[in-house]
Amino acid sequence: MNRLLEAPIKIGAVKGVAAKLLALVFLLAAGQTARAEEKLTIAAAADLQFALEEIIVSFRHIDPAARIETIYGSSGKFSTQIRQGAPYDLYFSADIAYPRELESEGYAASKAQPYAVGRIVLWSQSRDARAMTLADLADPAIHKIAIANPRHAPYGKRAEEALRSAGVWEKVEPKLVYGEDIAQTAQYVQSGNAQVGILALSLARSPQLAKQGSYVLISDRLHQPLLQGYIITRRAADNPLAQAFSRFMSGKEARTIMARYGFALPGEVE
Amino acid sequence: MDFSFSAAGLSAADISAIWLTVKLATLATFILLLVGVPVAWWLARTRSRWKGPVGAVVALPIVLPPTVIGFYLLVAMGPDGPLGRITQSLGLGLLSFTFAGLVIASVFYSLPFVVQPLQNAFENVPERALETAATLRASALDRFFSVVLPLSKPGLITASVLGFAHTVGEFGVVLMIGGNIPGQTRVASVQIYDHVEAMEYVQAHWLSGAMLLFAFAVLVVLYTFNPNGKR
Repeated sequence: MNRLLEAPIKIGAVKGVAAKLLALVFLLAAGQTARAEEKLTIAAAADLQFALEEIIVSFRHIDPAARIETIYGSSGKFSTQIRQGAPYDLYFSADIAYPRELESEGYAASKAQPYAVGRIVLWSQSRDARAMTLADLADPAIHKIAIANPRHAPYGKRAEEALRSAGVWEKVEPKLVYGEDIAQTAQYVQSGNAQVGILALSLARSPQLAKQGSYVLISDRLHQPLLQGYIITRRAADNPLAQAFSRFMSGKEARTIMARYGFALPGEVE
Repeated sequence: MDFSFSAAGLSAADISAIWLTVKLATLATFILLLVGVPVAWWLARTRSRWKGPVGAVVALPIVLPPTVIGFYLLVAMGPDGPLGRITQSLGLGLLSFTFAGLVIASVFYSLPFVVQPLQNAFENVPERALETAATLRASALDRFFSVVLPLSKPGLITASVLGFAHTVGEFGVVLMIGGNIPGQTRVASVQIYDHVEAMEYVQAHWLSGAMLLFAFAVLVVLYTFNPNGKR
């Protein structure tokens, strides 16, 4: 059926290669477990992908040897993965509800800590977004509007709430396209496939997007607050690096970076 | 966590996603056969030095990650991309986030699964049969429809089934260019992904189970009634 699969291969040769591959896999796996404790794996909501990288850079000034890996994606997905035993030490969610659930179910080694309040913005590359309002989205010249999927992405939920509170949901809904997380939503608008998007302020302020388009803040009275929270996961209970990074997050340096990306900080709002 | 099948069956949104998937796969298979038959025939018979490169281009989707195809299509279909410029100048708007865009993506994505079985079948049509038909003064087109196609029937069936099934199984490309619009681009595989993301495991189970049964049934039919797909 498939020509690529028809190539004649000698079984003996396959066995030899398979044995070597298997040995290699075990070797790599062994290396992984031996080092698990000196390493920090962070799963973070996609709206953090620029701010957190900067925070990690400044964390390395204190601990240059720290091995930190970051994975960005949708908060809901990470929450599911942690329940299924995913090897994440810290989990930064765009909605504190997810880490709170994990905490109550016993998957956390810390309390769910609020670390920021996010904001949503209208962002566009092809139009001047600075003077736009949500009502302008009904303009027939705008064919596609990107938001994150409200079913599981916190920024998408808030976007839907804002559109409903502004009374434009019915007019706008047929034009909506849904990104899997806020980063994919940004990419839909950035590539010009959607004319306008409702994005995270932190992404609109990133160097990548700032030079390509313009944005306007959406009033936070139109939606529930985007209170973001994190936990240290159960598997990282004895990981000193996780504790150190957690302390660093509430320090002045990290907070300055977060503020620069447009995050309001817990303790300063409310 | 509750992994049991407690709630009742498929939701209206699930059924709409299945229906959309069937529509997409049917249309894509039809276009794939129209495109694939001449390409496969050329590949099977030509002695041109372009045979290698053309065959390689057709086979690319087997090797490339769907993300590569999705990324290029997203850029190509955008307002500044080559496809986007054409569709805009024709007054069709952009293809991204549309059903038509998914059909085009599926044709690219499933092309090797249609062309390769057809090519195998065409290569196995004996030269003698064609020569005999020629001596009976059958035209080239006539020879193709009355000799080649009937002799290649197993190949045609394999090509159609694989083209259809592979389009049903498409996920990465759709996720990247689809925009997840109900009734337009939210196909079954994406709907399952969303169920899992939203932690609706019961619904994810139902739809996944339906897909599993479908895939199994297709393969059973293929292997039972067409054991020598290559011929």
